[in-house]
Amino acid sequence: MKPASLAIRAAFFGIAALMAATSARADALDDIMKAKVLKVAVPQDFAPFGSAGPDLKPVGYDIDMANLIGKELGVKVEIIAVTSANRIPYLQTKKAHLVISSLGKNPEREKVIDFSNAYAPFFSGVYGTKEIAVGKTDDLAGKTLGATRGAIEEQEISKAAPSSTTVKRYEDNNATISAFISGQVDLIATGNVVAAVIAEKSKARPPVLKFVMKESPCYIGLNKDEPKLLAKVNEIIAKAKSSGELNKISQKWLKADLPANL
Amino acid sequence: MGYTLVFGDLLPYWPVLLHGLIFTIVLTIVSTVAGVALGTAGASARAFGPKWLDWVVGAYVEIIRNTPFIVQLFFIFFGLPAAGVKLSETVAAFLAMTINLGAYSTEIIRAGIQAVPKGHIEAGESLAMSRMQILRYVVLKQAFQKIYPALSSQIVIVMLGSAVVSQISAEDLTYAANYIQSRNFRAFEVYLVVTLLYLLLAISLRAVLRGIGRWSFPKA
Repeated sequence: MKPASLAIRAAFFGIAALMAATSARADALDDIMKAKVLKVAVPQDFAPFGSAGPDLKPVGYDIDMANLIGKELGVKVEIIAVTSANRIPYLQTKKAHLVISSLGKNPEREKVIDFSNAYAPFFSGVYGTKEIAVGKTDDLAGKTLGATRGAIEEQEISKAAPSSTTVKRYEDNNATISAFISGQVDLIATGNVVAAVIAEKSKARPPVLKFVMKESPCYIGLNKDEPKLLAKVNEIIAKAKSSGELNKISQKWLKADLPANL
Repeated sequence: MGYTLVFGDLLPYWPVLLHGLIFTIVLTIVSTVAGVALGTAGASARAFGPKWLDWVVGAYVEIIRNTPFIVQLFFIFFGLPAAGVKLSETVAAFLAMTINLGAYSTEIIRAGIQAVPKGHIEAGESLAMSRMQILRYVVLKQAFQKIYPALSSQIVIVMLGSAVVSQISAEDLTYAANYIQSRNFRAFEVYLVVTLLYLLLAISLRAVLRGIGRWSFPKA
């Protein structure tokens, strides 16, 4: 075969393969608009962001957010209940298009998924019984602390706590809450809203804030390489902020206005 | 769209896996010994004890055999503290597994005891053997020989069921898998490796039990 014709064939196949590759890859936004269904993973164990309502269907801030996005896109919303431990695998295996689950941003997660702009405020801290004396991270030395596996507080406290601290990791928020209320642990690392729920349920043993770990607003999680979906979601969030729609959701579930710096 | 397996991400976490593996092995060995001991006591009580004891042990057996293991575990770990009994997750795991295996092995061993012919017991009595001696040398020895395969199976089932203790944060092999997955998000690789480890554990456990059987009952 002459070298010139071989080069031309190679170039031809190369370009054809490249075109086939780019044309075959459709953005998730196109899939959503074509099927007219948006699949959103939301928490079922994290009031007020997502918990089981009286009819056992999930209700909360994140569910209202999902329905808002679905309404703006003009598609049906399929709500999928997940836990902190399995929400990112659900996204990675494409069982859901979006994860709206009070998701915090950190470098490890940024390696595997993309984040939208912030849509809800959140801070995490270490809470404990009134008697226990803890004022900062170093005070945790030699103590036992409970946390929900996979949650941002668990990842942060596992990194920051001294090596003599024992971290007990439970599979979901309800188990962590049960552990605190039943007295299995005297300290937990969790979010401000979870602590509010515990305080309501456990009047005899309320969690007292010992120190704030991190101001960590909530973001919507998407798979990597979906620029069209990401742009559309950010557009919807911005519109909801300026129209006051997002503030209404914040008032309904967090009993507070959105902070100005969100 | 294909998925590329990346096992290398698991390598830095091998101490976590090893710790989990050792915990599961120790948990299995201790609960097996305690559970079979409990089962032997229960079966003997049911077969030869007074009627009220038969009723009490029977109630224990029926409750444990007819409720899910995870519910029993949660009751011991989350429920008992309300009654003032606070156990660590490791103790709760051992206790739950022992109680669970105890119930099932009571019935399995009792079946073996009932299969021992009454004539053998009478022969022992006529040789002036004490009740304890008859129980140990005539009844239980034969009972165990008969039901050994069923008991081994139950032990392996309880070992595999031990995966559930990860739910109360006991640091077993499944807990190690969940922990690693929450750090590097390599769910497929992690659970594939841990599945193979459980398979290896089950095969090894069966081999060990078979060996014990051959050593204990050489003529069978």
